[in-house]
Amino acid sequence: MTYQKPNFRHPDAPINEIGYTRRDYEGALSTLCAGCGHDSISAALTTACFELSVPPHRVAKLSGIGCSSKTPTYFLGNSHGFNSVHGRMPSITTGANLANRDLIYVGVSGDGDSASIGLGQFAHVVRRNLNMLYIVENNGCYGLTKGQTSATTDLGSISKSGVENQLAPIDLVNLALQLGATFVARSFSGDKEQLIPLIKAAMSHHGFAFIDVVSPCVTFNNNPGSKKSYDFVREHVQATATVDFVPMEQEITIQQEPGTTQEVTLHDGSAIHLHKALADVDVHDRRSALRAIKDHQEQGEILTGLLYVDPDPKDFHSVIDTVDKPLNTLTEKVLCPGSENLQSINESLR
Amino acid sequence: MSERSASANYTANCKARAGINNFVIKFANTNGTGSASANHMFAKAIFRMGVPISPKNIFPSNIQGLPTWYEIRVSEKGYMGRRDGVDIMVSVNPQTMAKDVEEVLPGGYFVYDATKPLDLRLIRNDVNYIGLPLTETCLREYSDPKQRQLFKNVLYVGALSALLGIEFSVLKDLVADQFKGKERLITPNIHALELGYQFASNEYDCPLGLRVERRDLVGDKILMTGNAATGLGAVYGGATVAAWYPITPSTSVVDSFEKYAKRLRIDPGSGKKNYAIAQAEDELSAIGMVIGASWNGARAFTATSGPGISLMSEFLGLAYFAEVPVVLYNVQRAGPSTGMPTRTQQSDLLACAYASHGDTKHVLLFPSSPKECFDFSADALDLAERLQTPVIVMLDLDLGMNDHMSAPLAWDDTRAYDRGKVLDAQDLLQVEKFGRYLDVDGDGICYRTYPGTHPTKGAFFTRGTSRDPYAIYSEDPALYVDNMERLERKFETAKSYLPVPEQFTVEGGSDYGVIFFGTSTDATLEALDMLAADGLAMDGLRVRAFPFNKDVDKFIAEHKEVFVVEQNRDGQLRSLLINENNADQRKLISILNYNGMPITATFICEQIKQSHPMAVQQKPVKRA
Repeated sequence: MTYQKPNFRHPDAPINEIGYTRRDYEGALSTLCAGCGHDSISAALTTACFELSVPPHRVAKLSGIGCSSKTPTYFLGNSHGFNSVHGRMPSITTGANLANRDLIYVGVSGDGDSASIGLGQFAHVVRRNLNMLYIVENNGCYGLTKGQTSATTDLGSISKSGVENQLAPIDLVNLALQLGATFVARSFSGDKEQLIPLIKAAMSHHGFAFIDVVSPCVTFNNNPGSKKSYDFVREHVQATATVDFVPMEQEITIQQEPGTTQEVTLHDGSAIHLHKALADVDVHDRRSALRAIKDHQEQGEILTGLLYVDPDPKDFHSVIDTVDKPLNTLTEKVLCPGSENLQSINESLR
Repeated sequence: MSERSASANYTANCKARAGINNFVIKFANTNGTGSASANHMFAKAIFRMGVPISPKNIFPSNIQGLPTWYEIRVSEKGYMGRRDGVDIMVSVNPQTMAKDVEEVLPGGYFVYDATKPLDLRLIRNDVNYIGLPLTETCLREYSDPKQRQLFKNVLYVGALSALLGIEFSVLKDLVADQFKGKERLITPNIHALELGYQFASNEYDCPLGLRVERRDLVGDKILMTGNAATGLGAVYGGATVAAWYPITPSTSVVDSFEKYAKRLRIDPGSGKKNYAIAQAEDELSAIGMVIGASWNGARAFTATSGPGISLMSEFLGLAYFAEVPVVLYNVQRAGPSTGMPTRTQQSDLLACAYASHGDTKHVLLFPSSPKECFDFSADALDLAERLQTPVIVMLDLDLGMNDHMSAPLAWDDTRAYDRGKVLDAQDLLQVEKFGRYLDVDGDGICYRTYPGTHPTKGAFFTRGTSRDPYAIYSEDPALYVDNMERLERKFETAKSYLPVPEQFTVEGGSDYGVIFFGTSTDATLEALDMLAADGLAMDGLRVRAFPFNKDVDKFIAEHKEVFVVEQNRDGQLRSLLINENNADQRKLISILNYNGMPITATFICEQIKQSHPMAVQQKPVKRA
């Protein structure tokens, strides 16, 4: 069902700082089910990249296998993409990042891809603090293989076939926090006002940035009794705060808001302003985040928003101390030690 | 000296084994006791006297306390394959003494720690016993328990020096080399050597009939392990990303890469690294990182062994179908499953040639010496990028972890890396419509682009699914078949880039031939000499790569029968020849050694004679 997109471009379409319109950040038409939450996330990613003025081709899109993993085709059509194998996107992204630290890496995954088969690779890419945006499009089911229960399916949630899940769910946000992730957030595919600034902040974060996006599956997990249906989520979501992302160069022109405000400055100088609706998360304190998530969970609520951020993280390249120049630009001159060194080595082996 | 050390009581009742520069000496130690460095020093001393040696470590899958052996073949003729039967056994491990005595050839020597009297049940009347008061001396000379343990080994090296005529000055130089930077350790080591030397000279008629004499048969050769050479080859070959997971016996490949990279790949300005090493959480992640890095334009590799190959198979299939370069060093060990982790075998051929489900085929390289490990290691990085496919370098434990004499390593400073068909931003401007999987040149190899190259041209999706030549997802039957046929074409093209077989043709040719590869080489060449001496001359062909060169087909066609020597149970090379090259299976006779020990020439000869008595010249029967 891939239609040709019209080439028409409205003359008044707004352009960003590098002269691109939002159109330049779009991909192919989606082949997902009508109403799929994932499509909203793709739209949010498109808008975020446009507003951040990143050159589209300087983003690399990676994914695993699943409905969510199909989405990189639907945004950033001028970027290279790698739709790999189930649960293994993190290792591909790690290798790609090692080869060229200057690109922006967006990894898209689903709950099957990350919380089941990919749980190991998820844990270790978090530990490495790889500089990337990792999005889990979490629908609590296996969409592409027709609706099996996933590891993030809530206790008591009822599947389309009427089966109740009795296994404890894995909360990837909780796990990420425990494993030392330096940027952790949760959102909802239907809330682009929250999601877009989160994505922008995550992409500017100089380390591992994780966003778990609840994304209801209209076909297999939108039934009454499901805890990831549109209705359920809308009724039970609580935001930590309204989030506003301010890039480094933009002046803040809005008036001072009433109530408490927390400002978070990121590594590159840009800042996140949190206008606190709920004062129970200190985003610089991991424990505060874990507690708040648990508290809200016990009240049957899904806490969304920015939950934790380390403003000065040490990414994997810093840890392993690689040169600033991307490794994929180095040539023989720098890489090959030459015949003279080889002679010394031969000598040492005699 | 106590009466017990009068080992003159235990002399063989047959002629003592004798000969110059032609024996097998085996050390029986307990691992974790410092024997490895002493034994290595002993081996190197003979090497430095210009005499060819082939040392082999036979070690358990354990860290401390289990038996370990170090076997050195000394061969003036330069026969470096393993030889059965031990001329001199140096037994320092009471656990294995009974077994060790059995291995000594009649007339051979059994050197033991005479501090305790020898168990009478271990006395064979056809073996010469040489007792050395190792423990007794160490207890007397040293008070530190660590020294008491370590110097036992150095003591017997000193004694052997006298017994076998190894030049003491050579040992002293080796001690100085080994402890460069830790000079205060030199004196006590030399003292221990001297004590051993003095004791042996006083107690026994030195040197024995079996001994070493200086020669000039080593020339400029080096002594190196295959793994160390492989790691170094990756540095020279321009690898910038190494992702790995530790597994015996491949770990030292990456250790070597790291050791040389630390020295030779540091950016002088910033002091930072011109390389990245990632120790992954498992083998799946390791090869995933290699694929990601290669996809993104960096030369990358991983190293593993059999169990890792199984884990990596899914990704190998992805790399094959999506055409991403991968370099994988497989240091094979005895399988199946966990098998014998510290024993050698060549049993991953089929698993590697056909890794992953579906119709897949991968390029294999078969090095047989440290120099070839170095060369193939660097070449693999070129080949993987030129062919845009996995290239698996097939070593094994024997080659990878043992020291082998080798021609010195060489590098042409004018050599440029072959990055293969990559379009940069400039190139893309010339192209009307870029198709990642378009066979522009007809050789099956298409052009690719690195991520981030051009704002509006050249981007595409890499995935494991079927697609059209423009990388758009497709399930069209004709397009799928087209693509699969192109991959076949590419595999055929590969042949012209791979190392050709090495041939050994006898004068006048022969009706019979032997095909072999990797670590079977030394033993097979020796076997060919032995067979020739028996009146049966055969041609030999050493395979160096898969897909097989047409010379291999020619060789099989031109011989009545061809023996295929390999170290696995199921005759995997033979299967590949039949499967891939339609070789006549009636002509191919398997010679298989797969007990975990390196193959011997005697074994090959006996097997050839047994399996095909017609091939062996019959001696005329004398009628009464």
